[in-house]
Amino acid sequence: MEKIPILRMGEFLLVTIQVDMHDRLAIALQDDLTNRISQTGARGVLIDISSLEIVDSFIGRMIGNIAAMSRVLDAETVVVGMQPAVAITLVELGMSLPGVKTALNVDAGMELLRQSVNDNKEAEYGSRI
Amino acid sequence: MAVVSSETIPVVSEPDIVMVRRRVREESLRLGFSLVDQTKVVTAASELARNTLIHGGGGYMDLITLNGPRVGLRLTFNDKGPGIPDVQLALRDGFTTGTGLGLGLGGAKRLVNEFEISSSADQGTRVSITRWK
Repeated sequence: MEKIPILRMGEFLLVTIQVDMHDRLAIALQDDLTNRISQTGARGVLIDISSLEIVDSFIGRMIGNIAAMSRVLDAETVVVGMQPAVAITLVELGMSLPGVKTALNVDAGMELLRQSVNDNKEAEYGSRI
Repeated sequence: MAVVSSETIPVVSEPDIVMVRRRVREESLRLGFSLVDQTKVVTAASELARNTLIHGGGGYMDLITLNGPRVGLRLTFNDKGPGIPDVQLALRDGFTTGTGLGLGLGGAKRLVNEFEISSSADQGTRVSITRWK
């Protein structure tokens, strides 16, 4: 079965979606990512959707689920590279992806992840210093 | 209205939803739709194809290109499923009987210029959308 690869880079996981996903592939990605976060103790997930030509309510829900599940597992999710036409359509469809952090590109997304992971570490250890 | 071309695409499995998206993209591109309009009609088609598969138990989509006086794309989704008891309710955001967010029908309606639906327990459901260039 085809699979979307998940790359590990330090304490982050990177996913680039480059195919038009059918629904089961989207669900498989959600399950795979959740397992990998748990196995690796990753602190952040970056999902690059710059190749996605549409995001419908099903894929939108999958993205929201990944963000919520990773938060429960103590990791942040940032979605990067959404095409402007996709953003316009998604909002008109009625989905604004509440609770999902976004950035314009991979660089900005990595910066956002590093920041929020550092903020979390400071919040955890700050009071002891 | 002049019908230029017409084809029927089955919607009986998940990969068929991907095929629907691909064909609608190709035709809207060929008709000269803007990128935003292409994206809107492909997204609406994806929502309705999924409804046809999940709620209608499968069916088919008729894809018609219109030329004159206006250029447009008309997509009709047909199934022989149980029908929708209350169409007005089903069009409301947040209404769902499945596992989705309930944005399918109402969302698809917002993404196109014309939207028609007829549904009954013995005839199944037929949803027709048109996006003009």
